[in-house]
Amino acid sequence: MNLTLRIWRQRSPEDKGSMVTYRVEDVSPEMSFLEMLDVLNEDLILRGEEPVAFDHDCREGICGACGMVINGQAHGPERTTTCQLHMRHFSDGDTIDIEPWRASAFPVVKDLVVDRSAFDRVIQAGGYITAPTGSAPDAHATAVPKAAADYAFEHAECIGCGACVAACPNGSAMLFTSAKINHLNVLPQGAPERESRVLDMVSAMDEEGFGGCTNTGECTLACPKGIPLQSIADMNREFLRASTKRGR
Amino acid sequence: MAGTGVIMLLFLVVHMLGNLKIFFGAAEFNSYAGWLRTIGEPVLHNSWYLWVQRFVLVVCVVLHAITAYQLSRRDRAARPQRYQHRPPARASYATHTMRWGGVILGLFIIWHILDLTTLTVNPLGQAHHPYENVVADFRVWWVNIIYIVAMLALGLHIRHGFWSAAQTIGANNRGRDRSLKVVANVLAVALTAGFIVVPVAVMTGVVS
Amino acid sequence: MTSYLSYEVGEPVVDRKAPDGPIAERWNRRRFEAKLVNPANRRKHTVIVVGTGLAGGSAGATLAEQGYRVVQFCYQDSPRRAHSIAAQGGINAAKNYRNDGDSVHRLFYDTVKGGDFRSRESNVHRLAEASVEIIDQCVAQGVPFAREYGGLLDTRSFGGVQVSRTFYARGQTGQQLLLGAYQALSRQIDAGNVELHARTEMLDLIVVDGRARGIVARDLVTGEISVHLADAVVLASGGYGNVFYLSTNAKGSNATAIWRAHRRGAYFGNPCFTQIHPTCIPRSGDHQSKLTLMSESLRNDGRIWVPKAKGDTRPPNEIPEDERDYYLERIYPAFGNLVPRDIASRAAKNVCDSGHGVGPGGQGVYLDFADAIARMGRDKVAEKYGNLFEMYERITAEDPYTRPMRIYPAVHYTMGGLWVDYDLSTSVPGLFAIGEANFSDHGANRLGASALMQGLADGYFVLPATINDYLATAKLASVERSHPAVDAAVSEVDDRLRRLLAVDGDRTPDSFHRELGELMWDLCGMARTDAGLRKALGRIPELREEFWRRVKVPGTGAELNQSLEKANRVADFLELAELMCLDALHRAESCGGHFREESQSADGEAVRDDENFSYVAAWEFTSAGSAPVLHKEDLSFEYVHPTQRSYA
Ligand SMILES: Cc1cc2nc3c(=O)[nH]c(=O)nc-3n(C[C@H](O)[C@H](O)[C@H](O)COP(=O)(O)OP(=O)(O)OC[C@H]3O[C@@H](n4cnc5c(N)ncnc54)[C@H](O)[C@@H]3O)c2cc1C
Ligand code: HEM
Ligand code: HEM
Ligand code: SF4
Ligand code: F3S
Ligand code: FES
Repeated sequence: MNLTLRIWRQRSPEDKGSMVTYRVEDVSPEMSFLEMLDVLNEDLILRGEEPVAFDHDCREGICGACGMVINGQAHGPERTTTCQLHMRHFSDGDTIDIEPWRASAFPVVKDLVVDRSAFDRVIQAGGYITAPTGSAPDAHATAVPKAAADYAFEHAECIGCGACVAACPNGSAMLFTSAKINHLNVLPQGAPERESRVLDMVSAMDEEGFGGCTNTGECTLACPKGIPLQSIADMNREFLRASTKRGR
Repeated sequence: MAGTGVIMLLFLVVHMLGNLKIFFGAAEFNSYAGWLRTIGEPVLHNSWYLWVQRFVLVVCVVLHAITAYQLSRRDRAARPQRYQHRPPARASYATHTMRWGGVILGLFIIWHILDLTTLTVNPLGQAHHPYENVVADFRVWWVNIIYIVAMLALGLHIRHGFWSAAQTIGANNRGRDRSLKVVANVLAVALTAGFIVVPVAVMTGVVS
Repeated sequence: MTSYLSYEVGEPVVDRKAPDGPIAERWNRRRFEAKLVNPANRRKHTVIVVGTGLAGGSAGATLAEQGYRVVQFCYQDSPRRAHSIAAQGGINAAKNYRNDGDSVHRLFYDTVKGGDFRSRESNVHRLAEASVEIIDQCVAQGVPFAREYGGLLDTRSFGGVQVSRTFYARGQTGQQLLLGAYQALSRQIDAGNVELHARTEMLDLIVVDGRARGIVARDLVTGEISVHLADAVVLASGGYGNVFYLSTNAKGSNATAIWRAHRRGAYFGNPCFTQIHPTCIPRSGDHQSKLTLMSESLRNDGRIWVPKAKGDTRPPNEIPEDERDYYLERIYPAFGNLVPRDIASRAAKNVCDSGHGVGPGGQGVYLDFADAIARMGRDKVAEKYGNLFEMYERITAEDPYTRPMRIYPAVHYTMGGLWVDYDLSTSVPGLFAIGEANFSDHGANRLGASALMQGLADGYFVLPATINDYLATAKLASVERSHPAVDAAVSEVDDRLRRLLAVDGDRTPDSFHRELGELMWDLCGMARTDAGLRKALGRIPELREEFWRRVKVPGTGAELNQSLEKANRVADFLELAELMCLDALHRAESCGGHFREESQSADGEAVRDDENFSYVAAWEFTSAGSAPVLHKEDLSFEYVHPTQRSYA
């Protein structure tokens, strides 16, 4: 099939940037979205133009590197990562708009590449359990109820892609932050730092310039890992609990 | 936000029930309005309770509006550049209805107070005769429109707002999500309907 | 070309750090004998760690915890994205929680045997010992391993071993373990003990007075070339399977860090040992950019077959039972579909090469769940494999519940890597290599769920113990930025980038990578022959020459330039590929993942030649395109006696 692409091109963070139109031909429905862009890029290189920069690595939906807003939707029309989106979800003659994640906490680096290091700093603020190497008790010393283990796992699945922020009309990082807090706070191993974790991570999140949550729910619809919206409520509960506890 | 919203919500439930007394006739409704002013007696002086309530409500509306404004500003700053391709509205209609619905409600409240509390804009404007004032109101077609539009905005605001408040204060969780949404819908419909029957009743002549 | 083939055999290399005595006590002894650095002095030592995967992430966090100043690098935008994240299956540990007869010794035994007797006993035993501590460590960090209803850890059996020793977190074990390490590292970054440089690629090693003293790196966003000096350098940059272009590795996985170190004097161990995984989703066309693994656990319930007739294009469901060839069950009645990876892969290649393959280009075999669904019910199958089926369907748009999956082998893991001694030190003092980047403890073939174990053992437990000894004993003078060796390294890096940009030819970097990959897959892939390898050794230098004449890299070096990154990596692959072929050619035996067609039994099984090849091949670089020097490290087996593997 043949497609028209309108892609956000921006040379550098200072550059203003604009949408540029390209044609790609002979796209096979078996291609992934990124493979379709590869074809475009090979063509651009041979024409002496700069290829479109985009982040990607594993190309199997787990590293969280890839991500672009396709026709206004983070990661495109399917609930998956961009690298796992296949061209069979488009049809011949389509025009596809491709833009970077938009949020002031995720400044554009170049074209479709954005700087997501704000996420790393949110994790650095408390998204861990302090367990120095070598000091661990036997793994079976503390049983973890299966329900808690499953809950922890489901939240730990977050790949840090940032689609939630890109999709949220407020550029809020609540879903991402809640996923990590819930993962660790439900485990007995995470209990000693339960209060400081949520307070510190939420304040780090605010400092990074993410927007507030007005419970819109777009984030969860864009999340390739299906982190549920109630995850945010669970974090809010942890936050209130920690605030009152610390208040005392 | 959630706290002020919920306080206002509680007030509205009571207010709606009170309004329904209109179906029992002028005497009963007016005496209910009179009773409102005697709550707390003899501990409180006449109308003191009402003033306390008014104070609380004003504080709530103002705080609610201020936080809504601040939040919206922060949210705009967090997404300074919009997408060229407008995202299809999936869930975000809620945010739009909340913001615009809230503004409509704010304007309505001002109108409503001028209308039925201070009686400034009321077609009849007879002090201590709320029943008659209400009936006079809803004989005018455009007043009906103001009220009905406001009630619909209220319904939408509560439909999302109630669930949203539960989410914000962490009262929601996976098991509860559905029932909360049901309760929100029931509340929204009940309040909207409960308020709307009054103008409708006046229009159709059930209450006169 | 002939000059490259006429390599010399140099002095044997010996692992001087390996302690002797009873195997179960060696690691403890080494740990005790290793010198320590006074905690108060550790802050004065800087250690560079390249890579933030399981190996690098765990090492960085642990060294920082011990008090060293750590400077760490990864090419991705966040340390959490290292390719360890993609590991699906699980991690082995000799916990014996199931009381099914597992033990450190059994894990040790299985690993030495699984590696087809081309690994060191001492190392493997240490690995098995550390495995136990790894699970404790990860659980304490909050890694959400699968649990049973009683709240205790669940395990499964994996890769044809008879005990249930594989710990897992659904199909995302690597992700969960990596996030554990990433979180530990994040804590140290926040505490100011680790200075992290993401989106920064190591492009050269700085060697001063024979010791590794730093690296030259390029900031991938600004293009700035920077120098980082240190007391020791640790490479944890992962495997080099991407030489083959199509592999299960991440697109950015590269050999640059280890290849540059090799060029600066670090020996390369067993470069030809690559693992080909039997159950990957076949390619769907020429546009294919990488291959996706389907967990090996599918072979527990799926049956593998091809049509008996050549070139049969009927849909699988229309092929009657008696016209199907369940070839693994036929050839290996005892193990059937569960034979080890290398054997399953080779068998699939053989049936496809003889014209029985299915799907586009005949490069696939069926993995059929019809019987499993009939036996266990669709729900049970969905519960066990649902997420894998979903992934398959997303990629192929075929429903594996109603139509057999198509699978084909793909390059997956490299057992070869920088040669290291028992202390994980390379042949350049001060340069350490851990994780998949070293020629590892897996010999000629890695068992499933053992790479995660090795990466974490190296990073959490082994390196932090052994590096102390180096830092405590090496008398290190301070090195200035102005040192001539530093300048030389920087200008070499500069020159090379400039040259890449200056060629301005007519072929893309990817087109060279693709061509090299095809060549390697055909001639140095699942089955290798003397003639094929010679052919490859003839072709690679030509391709390399063409690359430097015709490659086209748009843009400049002073910005984010993904074509430049790519071209720079392909240039290294073009050198490494040659060494892989030479190693494969010189090792005229079949062992583990290395199958030489000349060395097989009458019924097509790999035949080892212990007499002549019971050694590690450690290659020393001389100059680009010239013959390297071969150093042999003899292997001896005291506890597990070499036998010919047999699965028939
Ligand atoms: C799809 C797949 C599934 C697997 N499943 C399993 C399994 O179930 N069980 C198992 O035991 N093993 C499995 N393996 C193998 C295992 O995952 C890897 O061997 C292991 O994770 C490698 O870890 P590492 O830390 O050595 O390297 P990686 O995780 O690859 O990390 C490499 C790091 O080095 C950095 N880097 C690389 N080059 C440079 C450079 N030049 N400059 C700066 N930084 C650089 C990268 O940014 C990255 O941080 C699997 C492998 C794959 C590909
Ligand atoms: C008197 C009637 C009102 C009631 C009962 C009410 C109730 C609520 C509730 C319960 C919420 C959810 C709070 C949360 O999730 O944190 C809410 C949110 C909000 N309200 Fe109101 N509110 C009323 C009036 C107003 C007014 C007058 C405004 C306008 C200034 C307004 C604007 C908003 C906004 C902008 C939000 C946030 C949007 C969101 O959470 O998605 N509301 N309201
Ligand atoms: C058809 C619908 C409604 C009717 C008939 C109605 C009627 C009245 C009447 C008669 C009063 C005066 C009471 C008194 O002073 O004794 C009043 C007061 C008030 N109403 Fe309503 N109301 C309606 C809807 C609403 C709605 C939707 C809101 C809020 C969003 C609202 C908020 C108020 C407030 C804040 C007061 C002032 C209370 C006070 O004076 O302390 N009303 N209403
Ligand atoms: S919560 Fe979902 S959308 Fe957000 S970063 Fe994590 S995986 Fe991506
Ligand atoms: S879309 Fe945004 S507003 Fe909250 S619910 Fe999700 S973060
Ligand atoms: S490239 Fe890794 S998730 Fe898409």
